[in-house]
Amino acid sequence: MESLTALIIGALTAASVYMMLTRSFMRFLFGLILLSNAVNLTIFASGRMTKGAPALVPYGADAPLGIVGNALPQALVLTAIVIGFGLLAFALALAFEAFRRTGTVDTDELRYAEPKEDAPK
Amino acid sequence: MSWVLVMPIAVPFATAVVAYLARNFPAGRWISVAGSALSLIVSALLMIAVLDQGVIAAQMSNWSAPFGITLVADYLSAVMVVITAITGLATAIYALGEIPESTERLGFHALFQTLIAGVTGAFLTGDLFNLYVWFEVMLIASFSLLVIGGGKERLDAGIKYVALNLVSTLVFLSGIGLLYGVTGTLNMADLRGAVAAAENQGLITVIAMMFMVGFGVKAAVFPLFFWLPASYHTPYFAISAVFAGLLTKVGVYALMRMFTLVFVGDVGFTHEILLWVSLLTMFTGVIGAAAQMDFRKILSFHIISQIGYMTLGLALYTPLALMGGVFYLVHHIIVKANLFFVAGLAKQYTGDTDLTRIGGLYKSAPLLAALFIIPAFSLAGFPPLSGFWAKYLIVKAAIELDYWFVAFVSLLVGLLTIYSMTKIWGYAFWKPHPEGYDPTPDRAPARVTTAMITPIAALAAMTIVIGFYPEPFVQFAQTAANQLLDPSDYVTTVLGVQP
Repeated sequence: MESLTALIIGALTAASVYMMLTRSFMRFLFGLILLSNAVNLTIFASGRMTKGAPALVPYGADAPLGIVGNALPQALVLTAIVIGFGLLAFALALAFEAFRRTGTVDTDELRYAEPKEDAPK
Repeated sequence: MSWVLVMPIAVPFATAVVAYLARNFPAGRWISVAGSALSLIVSALLMIAVLDQGVIAAQMSNWSAPFGITLVADYLSAVMVVITAITGLATAIYALGEIPESTERLGFHALFQTLIAGVTGAFLTGDLFNLYVWFEVMLIASFSLLVIGGGKERLDAGIKYVALNLVSTLVFLSGIGLLYGVTGTLNMADLRGAVAAAENQGLITVIAMMFMVGFGVKAAVFPLFFWLPASYHTPYFAISAVFAGLLTKVGVYALMRMFTLVFVGDVGFTHEILLWVSLLTMFTGVIGAAAQMDFRKILSFHIISQIGYMTLGLALYTPLALMGGVFYLVHHIIVKANLFFVAGLAKQYTGDTDLTRIGGLYKSAPLLAALFIIPAFSLAGFPPLSGFWAKYLIVKAAIELDYWFVAFVSLLVGLLTIYSMTKIWGYAFWKPHPEGYDPTPDRAPARVTTAMITPIAALAAMTIVIGFYPEPFVQFAQTAANQLLDPSDYVTTVLGVQP
């Protein structure tokens, strides 16, 4: 299970790096989504993987009986997903607004903040 | 005691909510100022409590450490919280003059207060994952503040800023995940022991480097600083001042915290890298500034250059060097925010920030000229201003270690800083205003310029006070440095507190 997860994380990261190396900000964002999922899986896997043992306390007991899955990484991943979702929503809105105003999301052509030396002012 | 720790975070958040509700009324901006003043008061109370009792900690929701979220304040955290509140108040007052009503209606003050809350939270938390959350609070507020008001320039800058900061956040987050995998804890005080006890020290060093990259992007160190000069010259001046003063320093603070508290197993390796990174940061920053001809772009590159001094204090890793680093951190926030404020007022007077298009400020605004001299020469390290003591401590620490090259680079960078500052002085203040470029010195109503010059004067006064009377500040920095180098108080306070 761990090795499979590691492979998935590796594949996601490789794909995301490939996407993020492009000039298009949209593709960069798609790469970022993949990377953020890879990171979430990393956190999840680093909490150790336990198969078929939900972190539930049986009725009447005050601690789980036997070995159960680690609930903390799940809480962390949940937080990270929510935060990542918010940030990506903002980034997508930003990309849309930039496209609407400038007609491009190609980062080579977006030179408004740092115009080239010979560009007219 | 927990309310002392919670209030500096809760007050800006509450202010944000109220300011958002009142965003359509002129009262909204005064709520922001009042909230910032209240933040300063509660931060001062925190400082008094820390001075009185040493390190203080509180367990949120009574979950005892290391399981719950801990808020903890030692000397470094306390002084950072106070300086954040001071910068916040100065910016809130400055914003009264600068920010147009249309931007206020978009919720400017609410975003600004959220930013302050995020920064304060990052300084106070004792939990690594919680630190990530505060970083995100700070980031999302800063994203919005950067692009608020619109315009192609801001959108372009926003894209670069957002992209690089998101990547750095993910590096930081995966570092957290791996560190949790190795040690099984996320409480920073608990991590100190857990990291030292970890079997696989090689892996710990790898994780340490991930943290260095993640925080390094935030702090804008070489070679990760490209987002900073691409974006800091575009937003409102009040915003670039608070970014310049506070945001990169959160990265520096996080580096200082993690690389004195947690990652101290292989100092020879990690801090050696940090040393070279610092020197290159200092040098490339100041050279970059020399090539620029825009008021704010010059200042942006100088942020990078100055960050190098702070991380250098950490990299040398002696009591004196860290003391210099802490002193530098505090001095720099005041000075840098102030310089951006000055740039904003200079634009009010002359209509631009491009140095070739403006001039004559010495004649048309003598008070501003006097107030520019103070932070500018403090930045360059002239005695008796605050920057002199900051540089003096760092250089002395380098010489004590016989790192002559480091001392040489520090002084050289100081010299080149003077070059940039005299360039601004010569072009913006001394040279007559060029023909044909908006020579209307009095376009702004008095209400606006008063609101903008008050914080400039107040921060300049603080620079002078620290400069002429550095003794208590240096002693404070010394205690802070000692706490960083020997965090046993920190660890016992966090782990020993019973809910």
